[in-house]
Amino acid sequence: MYAYAFKRLLHIIPVAIGVSIFCFLLIHIAPGDPLAAILPSDATAEFQAQMRTLYGFDKPLIVQYGLWAMRALQGDLGLSIATGRSVSGEIASAAVNSIILAVAATFIGFTLGALLGFMAGFLRGTWVDRLASSLSILGVCVPHYWLGMVLVVIFSVTLGWLPATGGGPGGSAGRAFDWAYFRYLLLPAITMSVIPMGIIARTVRSLVSDVMAQDFVQTLSAKGQMAPRIIRHVIRNAAPTALSVMGLQLGYLLGGSILIETVFSWPGTGFLLNGAIFTRDLPLLQGTILVLAMFFVSLNLIVDLLQGIIDPRIQRS
Amino acid sequence: MKRSILTGLLSVVAAQALMVSTVLGAGTLRIGMTLSDIPLTTGQTDQGGEGQRFVGFTLYDSLVEWDLSASDKPSVLVPGLAKSWAVDAADKTKWIFKLRENVKFHDGSAFDAAAVVWNLDKLLKNDAPQFDPRQSAQGKSRIPAVASYKVIDPLTVEISTKTPDATLPYQLAWILLSSPANWEKLGKSWDAVAQKPSGTGPWKMENGFKPRERAELTANKTYWDTARVPKLDKLVLVPLPEANARVAALRSGEVDWIEAPAPDAAASLKSAGFVISTNAYPHNWTWHFSRVEGSPWNDIRVRKAANLAVDREGEKELLGGMMIPATGFFPPGHQWFGNPTFKLTRDVEAAKKLMAEAGYGPGKRMQTTVLISPSGSGQMIPLPMNEYIQQNLSEIGIDIKFEVADWNTVINIWRAGAKDPSAKGVTAMNYSYFIQDPFTGFIRHLQCDLAPPAGTNWGYYCDKDMDALFEKVRNTFDAADQDKVLQKVHEKYVDEALFLMVTHDVNARALSKQVKGFVQPQNWFLDFSQVTIQ
Repeated sequence: MYAYAFKRLLHIIPVAIGVSIFCFLLIHIAPGDPLAAILPSDATAEFQAQMRTLYGFDKPLIVQYGLWAMRALQGDLGLSIATGRSVSGEIASAAVNSIILAVAATFIGFTLGALLGFMAGFLRGTWVDRLASSLSILGVCVPHYWLGMVLVVIFSVTLGWLPATGGGPGGSAGRAFDWAYFRYLLLPAITMSVIPMGIIARTVRSLVSDVMAQDFVQTLSAKGQMAPRIIRHVIRNAAPTALSVMGLQLGYLLGGSILIETVFSWPGTGFLLNGAIFTRDLPLLQGTILVLAMFFVSLNLIVDLLQGIIDPRIQRS
Repeated sequence: MKRSILTGLLSVVAAQALMVSTVLGAGTLRIGMTLSDIPLTTGQTDQGGEGQRFVGFTLYDSLVEWDLSASDKPSVLVPGLAKSWAVDAADKTKWIFKLRENVKFHDGSAFDAAAVVWNLDKLLKNDAPQFDPRQSAQGKSRIPAVASYKVIDPLTVEISTKTPDATLPYQLAWILLSSPANWEKLGKSWDAVAQKPSGTGPWKMENGFKPRERAELTANKTYWDTARVPKLDKLVLVPLPEANARVAALRSGEVDWIEAPAPDAAASLKSAGFVISTNAYPHNWTWHFSRVEGSPWNDIRVRKAANLAVDREGEKELLGGMMIPATGFFPPGHQWFGNPTFKLTRDVEAAKKLMAEAGYGPGKRMQTTVLISPSGSGQMIPLPMNEYIQQNLSEIGIDIKFEVADWNTVINIWRAGAKDPSAKGVTAMNYSYFIQDPFTGFIRHLQCDLAPPAGTNWGYYCDKDMDALFEKVRNTFDAADQDKVLQKVHEKYVDEALFLMVTHDVNARALSKQVKGFVQPQNWFLDFSQVTIQ
């Protein structure tokens, strides 16, 4: 197990380097000047050149990358061009909000998704299967941006029950896990949970159906085992793949969503990225993308290790 | 049982609603801005006119300010922290600014001449301890005339310009003054000042600042201008960059005011009882013509024909009425409008005649390419607006192709000039201009020596008579006389059809009917002092 974990850990290094180069270049090959958004539009060429020097954008790309990567290794992702605030601090503060939203969406999406999927797979071909499958397809198909707006129109504008935007009654700074705060969390969390719910439901349904069709399940039934015992075996066999899909979905949720966080003005990493894109705030964009990418890579690693624990055959392969 | 559960739930919701409204208090105005972050709070704000509107002239003052008290007349300069100013009769590069007495920064320290010099060093002197690149990026290019400055006495400052320049007061109206003592007290750290800024303005920021989420400003009840002491207790600024989110926030009662409601939301907001407030202000939406050799727009007949072909009323309908059709480069009624003889009416027959005189006709249609963006600051809804113009011009034999680039790229091409390879040979570009003072309004677009890279005369226009008029603007130190020269400039702009003049934005905002006392001036900036919530 340790050798497997070490081998998987080593795989992360080239991925991390690749991700860092990719996100650095991706931003630099995009058209436009990083200082364009912060300088007055009629700033003279001379003044622009002065500011470019001051911010270090006059150096060759490879030097800029080297300096950035060295600092990033020490946990310093630099300062935002637009605000001058520490990028690490900005990401940390936004990540907390995204994690809270992701946990809420995970709770809703995974619970409903697993339940619907299991019921559909276990009772395949019945009306329960058709209903659960329809719901899961709907979850995958409905654009969450649109769904978010519809929920806002119904629950905020028309009924006035829940707030339409924001990260808490006084912003996320005064966060207290009470009803006043959860009111703000509810709509974005429901919106965010819909796609993972659909994907997980469809995956679990397919897995459970496959397992149910296997010989050992029929043998268990033939031996007179009761449904709860069969269910336990089915779950154990379906779990590794389901877990892998859940891990990817969790990464997707934890990464925040630009669309959902923008629709609800939820101050997470998606909202942060959206602002950084519009202000062409390169250090903030690079830092946020890098952190999110590494987060995703780490999560995949954890899922792989968990799969190895649940199913030792994976380690051997 | 079910009924009692439902009743219980409704009671909880009602109690929550009551609690939220109680916490806000009666004197709090909550504004949904279009920005994605709170503008820089240290003094010189970022994020353009909206940044200066909400954080600049609320927390800070400048030496010279804009009169924001009336909606029915153009906004003019008025004394701010300088109670008077005058140019030296013998040496027109020297200006004396007499400062207001007994003005205090929010931290309690005194405002004086040393503070003015300290603030100018903050922007212009790279080796000054208080030099701040972020504020300098915003402020330095606004005061290109300033050569030097010094303290004469505690309430007198002398500012020298590089050459005689009567537009200096307009330039200084950009510069916001922050407290030197506060910066010292906070460990000489601008990052610390951002959390606890100190200006002399009518609003203070004592706490409640959460970057990207909200800023709470409280009324400065000891503001030096007693007529402008805020009537509200608190102003809450919330960044809501997504247009639909702003409308939803307003309709659900989370904010009382939103900036720039989408044109297609205006009718439903009005029918729901919200007030759409608009007014003319110094903004225009034009096609800036290239005047480099070979440009078809070098022919005045073509320029005039294009201006006569544009259906501005049709554009107004397209924008749900939220625009002012252009009658000149400046909005109608502006103090610099003058009396241009060329009228921007739609006259397709006259336009066709001019095109024929210029050598075009059914057998020889004019074909050219125009740079546009899909969206951007002040751009309104550029794609349908430009496509509508494309149709209008087609009627008179002008075939337009569009080169579409994102707004930041358009800005860079604008800076680089029409001759730059990045412009890809386009002969015009759609640009929306901030035209609040003589420099931003006129000079920067057309002065010969401001062609790129020296400035933003994008089209390389050069005309000796126009340059002479600009020189006269800079050398006319009497405000009324200067206005007359600026009128001459505007008349030349319009009569020679130097731009395709299409429309002016109306700075729309939607307010809840509880917001009272708001006066929308003909200016980019606002005064919140008289606003109340009922």
